[in-house]
Formats: sequence, C-alpha cells, structure tokens
Amino acid sequence: METSIYAVVAFYGLAATILGAATMVVFMRNIVHSVLFLAITFIAMAGLFLSLDADFIAAVQVLVYAGAVCIMIVLGIMVIQRTDMNETNLFNKQIMAGAGLTALTVAFGAIFAGRTAWVELVAADAVPANTVDAIGALLLSKYVIPFEVAALLLLVALVGAIVLARDEEVQANADN
Amino acid sequence: MLENLFVGTADWLRSLLGGIGFLPTEIAESIVLLVKLVAVLVFILVNALWLVYMERKVAAFMQARIGPNRVGPWGLLQTTCDIGKLISKEIIIPKKADKVVFLLAPVLIFLPPLMVFAVLPLGKNMAALDLNIGVFYLLAIASLSTLFFFMGGWASNSKYSLLGAMRTVAQMVSYELPLVLSLLGVIMIVGSLNLSDIIAAQEHTWLIFTQPIAFLIFFIAAVAETNRCPFDLVEGESEIINGPYTEYGGMGFAMFFLAEYANIMVVCAMATIMFLGGWHAPFGLTFIPSWVWFFIKMYVLIFIVMQFRWTYPRIRIDQLMGFGWKVLVPLSLANIFVTGIGMYIYRAIGW
Repeated sequence: METSIYAVVAFYGLAATILGAATMVVFMRNIVHSVLFLAITFIAMAGLFLSLDADFIAAVQVLVYAGAVCIMIVLGIMVIQRTDMNETNLFNKQIMAGAGLTALTVAFGAIFAGRTAWVELVAADAVPANTVDAIGALLLSKYVIPFEVAALLLLVALVGAIVLARDEEVQANADN
Repeated sequence: MLENLFVGTADWLRSLLGGIGFLPTEIAESIVLLVKLVAVLVFILVNALWLVYMERKVAAFMQARIGPNRVGPWGLLQTTCDIGKLISKEIIIPKKADKVVFLLAPVLIFLPPLMVFAVLPLGKNMAALDLNIGVFYLLAIASLSTLFFFMGGWASNSKYSLLGAMRTVAQMVSYELPLVLSLLGVIMIVGSLNLSDIIAAQEHTWLIFTQPIAFLIFFIAAVAETNRCPFDLVEGESEIINGPYTEYGGMGFAMFFLAEYANIMVVCAMATIMFLGGWHAPFGLTFIPSWVWFFIKMYVLIFIVMQFRWTYPRIRIDQLMGFGWKVLVPLSLANIFVTGIGMYIYRAIGW
C-alpha cells in the first residue's frame, strides 16, 4: 500500500466525501437529492478503488452505478406520488426495527473486520499493472459457478420484466 | 517535424520544468498534465464552436441555402458572436426550479467529454493519459452524462423538461447496451482494453473491415446516445421544445448546446479509434502527420452524423425502443458470437 502524502490526503478526502454524502442520502427530505448524493457516494467509492490501483473495479463502479442512479431517480419519481417533492424521503417511527438492523450491521462489520488479517493484506505484493486479464481468467475458471449463477439471475430478471411489461393487446390477441 | 509537434511541445515543457531544478518531479509532472488537460479543454471548446458553425453550413447547403455569411469571412465568426450574446444574457431561474441542481447540471454536463478526451490518443504518442482499461473508462464516463441531462430536466420543474429527462434515461440506457456490446467484438479481436493497443492492432487492417456490423451498430447507437436526429426524441424541438433545456437560457443553454457537440466529437473519435484505425495513415500516406489523419477521419464521421439530421425524419419513441432492443441488441450479441467462432476458425487455420 502506498503511504505517500498524496495517497493519505486522497484517502481522507475521499473517505470524508463518502461519509458526508452517505449521511446526506439519509437526511435529505427530497428523494431526488438523496439519490444524487448517492451518486456522489458511488463516484467517491470509485476514487477509493482507484487509490488502491483497482482501476477496473473503479470503472465498473462508475459504469454500473451511474446508470443505476438514473433509473433509481426515475423509479422514485414515478412511484412516489406527492405534491411536494420535499416530503418524499421522510423519517418514520420504526425506531426499534431501525436500531436492531443498525446494531446487526455494525456487529457484523466488527466481526468481519476483526477476523480479517489486515497485516497480511497490507504486506501483499504490488498490484500488477494489468488487472483485467487476471480478473477475466479468475471469473471463467475459479469463480465460474457464481458468475453463471449471476448471469442466470439477470436472465430471470429480464424475463420477469418482459412478462410484467407485456402488452395487453398481445394477450388479447393470444386468445384468438 | 509536424508529426511530433505536440509530443515535442510536451517534452520541451517537461525539460523546461525539470531545468528549473527545485521542483519535485511529481509537481513538474502534474503541471505538464494540467497543461495537457487545459489544452484538451480549449481544443474541445474551439471544436464545439466550429461544429455549430459547420452544422449550420451543412444544413444550409443541404437545403440549397447559403447559411451564416455575415459575421466574419464566410460567416466564420457567427458562433463566436452567438456565444457572446448568450454570455451577456440574464440567467433566468424558474421560481419553482430546484436551484442548486438546476445550476449544477449545465456546469457538470461538460465534465464527461472533457474526461473522455483526456485519455483519447489523438495522434502517435498523443494521449494525455494512457490508461490500461481505456475502453472501459470511456464507456463508464460517457454513461455519466445521462445523469447530468436528467438533473437538468428534472430540476427545471417543467412538464416538457421532465418528459425530456425521462426520455433521456430511457433512450440512453437502452442504447448504451448495443454500444457496449458492439465494442466487445473489437476487444475480443485485439485482446486489450488499452486504446493505444487497439490502434496498434489496426496498423494493417482497420477493424471496420473485420467488424463491419459492429461498426454499424456502434455508429447507430452512438448517434442515439448523443441525441441526434433521427434519434433526437430527448430534445424534439417540435414536440417537447428541446426537452431538458426548455427552461435554460443564456449560458446554461449554451453549455448544453456545446456539450452536445462535444459528445458528438467524443463518439466520432471513439469510432475512429475503434474501427477506423485511429491515427494510422491509410495507403501509407505517412507524410501527413498522424494527428491530422485522426481529425480527418473524425470529421468525416461528424459530417455523416450531421448529414443524418437533415436526411431522416425523427422516429417515434416506441420505434426507437423497439429498434434498440429488438434489432440492435440481438444483432450485437450475434456479432459477438460470430466473432468468437471466426476467431477460433482463424486460429485453427493458423493465420
């Protein structure tokens, strides 16, 4: 891991951006603003990946989530019908459930953070210049089953979308 | 001499900064990089200005008119004049607009083209930054512009703008798929995501000859991505009054307008790099510098895009979606399949 002054400044700047933007996602009252802050969070995450020399994952982060953010806003606008956009992302009274979920998340985070061998990770060799080849080879050899399962999941989602969006007219004609 | 004009300038600047002595190499390098990026920005802006003029001239000639011809020789200063007018206009913010997002959108809209041009190899050894994952980076950054168009359209808080914004998302997300899939054939043949490698692989045969269908799909999807006619439903002057830009006046509108032309440059430059051999000279005409070749190819493509606009009528939204999902996507998937089989056959023959 790089420990030059630039890397440290970049890390803390990005970390502050991520945390700040993520907090704003929760506290914004307008759902569109929330999602725009989510976009900032994702892009700052991509920056974090870049600072770890994981350029491919950084590009995936931007490519996948930038599109997803747009679709999320569109869904948010279409599904939530309020006259005032400032009342689209309000707090509710589910304090107990929220607290429980948060505690669970923090606990799991702590457990996994404790179990990770950080020293070995830090002492790892330098990142190879070209990571794409290695990722591609791994995806189609060692991790081929999860890869295919993910592909299957996407296919199921695609078929589901087609079934849901099917034209009424088509169904009417199918009876004839 | 001319071939290395820009590379030489960069080297000269680097040695000049190195000669000062007390600057650490990192600072010197970042100054050189900054100069390169500013040069890229100026380049994009000047080209966008020229493209607005070119569009008006092309349109005029296709309609048997003369076009702008009053300001400057052959009307060359017309767009400069227009920009001056737009700058001096009042910035009007609609009362019910979402002010911050409304003002941010035209500022951010220029970011993707600038970030993309920073990595494009515009000539031999002429990429401001040479990334290993070049193609992937390009696609990732280009997909960001959807968000900024949407921000502008949504924040305007006007029905036309919102319709335009919704169309932007639907159209750009749909046509991104064939755009990406068509490039996969190129990447399979070259075996690298690096733009310089892709250009180097086309030294003898341009990929448009081995991947003609991919080129067609890419070009059509690219025209749709840049919201150009016949796919300009996002703007649709006659139906939704310029869509996301309806409420923008003055410089805000100018930014969207210039960004559109910058995006055309980006996709045409990408098509040049992926399919037309980038800066390689055809027929061994190497006495013309590589960057001149790059611009000739890019401008030929831009001319074709402009000519589309004045040749074809706008298509309907359901036709647009149907064409994207039912024709372009299956075709690009089939292209990947055929390319894969073809590569194995070539390898088996031993070419």
